[in-house]
Amino acid sequence: MTETAVQPPAWTPDQPIVAIREVRKAFGELEVLTDVSFDVMKGEVVCIIGPSGSGKSTLLRCINALIPINSGSIQVEGQEVHSPHLDKLALRRKVGMVFQQYNLFPHKTALQNVMMAPVHVLKEDKAEVEARAYRLIRKVRLEGKENAYPGELSGGQQQRVAIARSLAMNPDIMLFDEVTAALDPETVKEVLVTIKDLAAEGMTCMLVTHEMGFAREIADHIYFTDRGIIVEHGPPATFFTDAKDPRTREFLSQIL
Amino acid sequence: MKHIPGVTSAPTTDLPVLLPLDRTRARPPEAMMVSRWLAGLPAWTPLPLLALMLLWPLTAEAAYTYGQAVDALWRWLPFLVKSGFLYNVVISFLAMAIGTAAGAALGLAQISQIAAIRRTAWFVTQLFRNSPWLVLLFIVMLALPFELVIGDTIISIPDWTKAVFGLSLPIMANISEIVRGAVQSVPSAQWEASEALAFNRRQILWMIILPQCIKRMIPPWMNWYAILTMATPLCSLLAVEEIVTLSRQAIEAEDNHPELLVPFYSFIMVIFFAYCYPIARLTVRLERKFAVKL
Ligand SMILES: Nc1ncnc2c1ncn2[C@@H]1O[C@H](COP(=O)(O)OP(=O)(O)O)[C@@H](O)[C@H]1O
Ligand SMILES: [Mg+2]
Repeated sequence: MTETAVQPPAWTPDQPIVAIREVRKAFGELEVLTDVSFDVMKGEVVCIIGPSGSGKSTLLRCINALIPINSGSIQVEGQEVHSPHLDKLALRRKVGMVFQQYNLFPHKTALQNVMMAPVHVLKEDKAEVEARAYRLIRKVRLEGKENAYPGELSGGQQQRVAIARSLAMNPDIMLFDEVTAALDPETVKEVLVTIKDLAAEGMTCMLVTHEMGFAREIADHIYFTDRGIIVEHGPPATFFTDAKDPRTREFLSQIL
Repeated sequence: MKHIPGVTSAPTTDLPVLLPLDRTRARPPEAMMVSRWLAGLPAWTPLPLLALMLLWPLTAEAAYTYGQAVDALWRWLPFLVKSGFLYNVVISFLAMAIGTAAGAALGLAQISQIAAIRRTAWFVTQLFRNSPWLVLLFIVMLALPFELVIGDTIISIPDWTKAVFGLSLPIMANISEIVRGAVQSVPSAQWEASEALAFNRRQILWMIILPQCIKRMIPPWMNWYAILTMATPLCSLLAVEEIVTLSRQAIEAEDNHPELLVPFYSFIMVIFFAYCYPIARLTVRLERKFAVKL
């Protein structure tokens, strides 16, 4: 990658908010992403589906620079994510991420979990952050649970706190990595409702999910990955009915 | 799992047999052995010892009666406790304080992102963890000068401060391992989640990781305190005036009658038991408590 002192042209909302180009990622010998390219526009909801081990989580982790890529380019709001001059922390303020295992901080209450990053990372005023945290907790329908510790909450409740925690940073993009995969069927819905609300408000979302009904309902675009390659993509209307690639069809037949 | 320098070694496979042996999570089985053993003893353990002290005269010579020996102990007892055992306690406090501070720093250095620091800290830790304590004590005793000359003031370094320093070295190394192990016992997902929230490494360590594992460090830390306290009589070999040294001097002052040995040394054992036993019980209780609520 060549590095110039020239600032990239300022990003405007009509350009892709996430632009992924020919990304290749390998863990040692293991090729996990091969030549992945696609764009996400602001306000779009993109679902990534595919068999386990096909590199979906890896792709999301590359987008907020949790792991480096081997080649290619990922731009978030016009900023090259894998440039050595990247301000990683600035990038991560723009990109929120929610994980399959919630990963709440077990020694902090729900409210503290939500408040921590804005107070200590963004150095925002504590009283303001607290008001926002209460609002977010209400938004994920957990009012009354502010002072509960993660250990006292159900999986679905913890996951919604995790979403609120991420939203407290006022991100432009949210990444969801199989956020309902560890939940009981009854609690899946409450988390999906929260995500749907977010999408309806215009949040740019990239979700890895196995909830096909949900993907069909919410996604603007669906990508199917298999062994690190995007083998098929399309809007939900055609993706589920008109899959061309045999791998997609096989996967869909198993899961639907 | 995600690779964090110094914290996790990234597995390249999902097959458990091919994963690198996770040294970090497997706490060495002997780590808490002393406290478990001590806490496992019944509280009446010193009683047979006292009985032995009283039965001993049956086999003793008549020239110096056992009663006289016990009288001698009785006379010396306040002195042995106040000028002797208190010294052991002070030495153990100071060595623990220094060892804990240095060990915490060394443990954090062991998870530094800078490879040179990490390796050096690892080496220092292993060196002092695996050396016999007495050897360390002797090296410190001989390596440190007995006085410091700054300008024309002469500051003498008393032997007991050297002993404190010598004992703090193995404590430092073991605390270092406790800190490293505790930090690494926190799932790497916590690092990942914090990184995704734009915390920097220092914030993650101090605000998220360490607060989660501080409780886990307390029982092994107390375990090392008990071990340290029981090791303080080693200082007698370096003529530091702690309880064993003073007892020897007292026996000498009482004309070295062999009948004196059992009462005096039994007394030392009883007083150490009385001091360390409650600590061990508490350690084991805390360990159980913290193990449940992680
Ligand atoms: N940190 C890592 N080190 C080595 N291999 C990894 C690492 N993370 C993921 N992998 C491997 O990369 C492949 C893709 O993983 P992942 O992106 O988690 O897939 P998915 O989320 O689609 O199930 C898997 O074979 C996994 O074992
Ligand atoms: Mg995954």
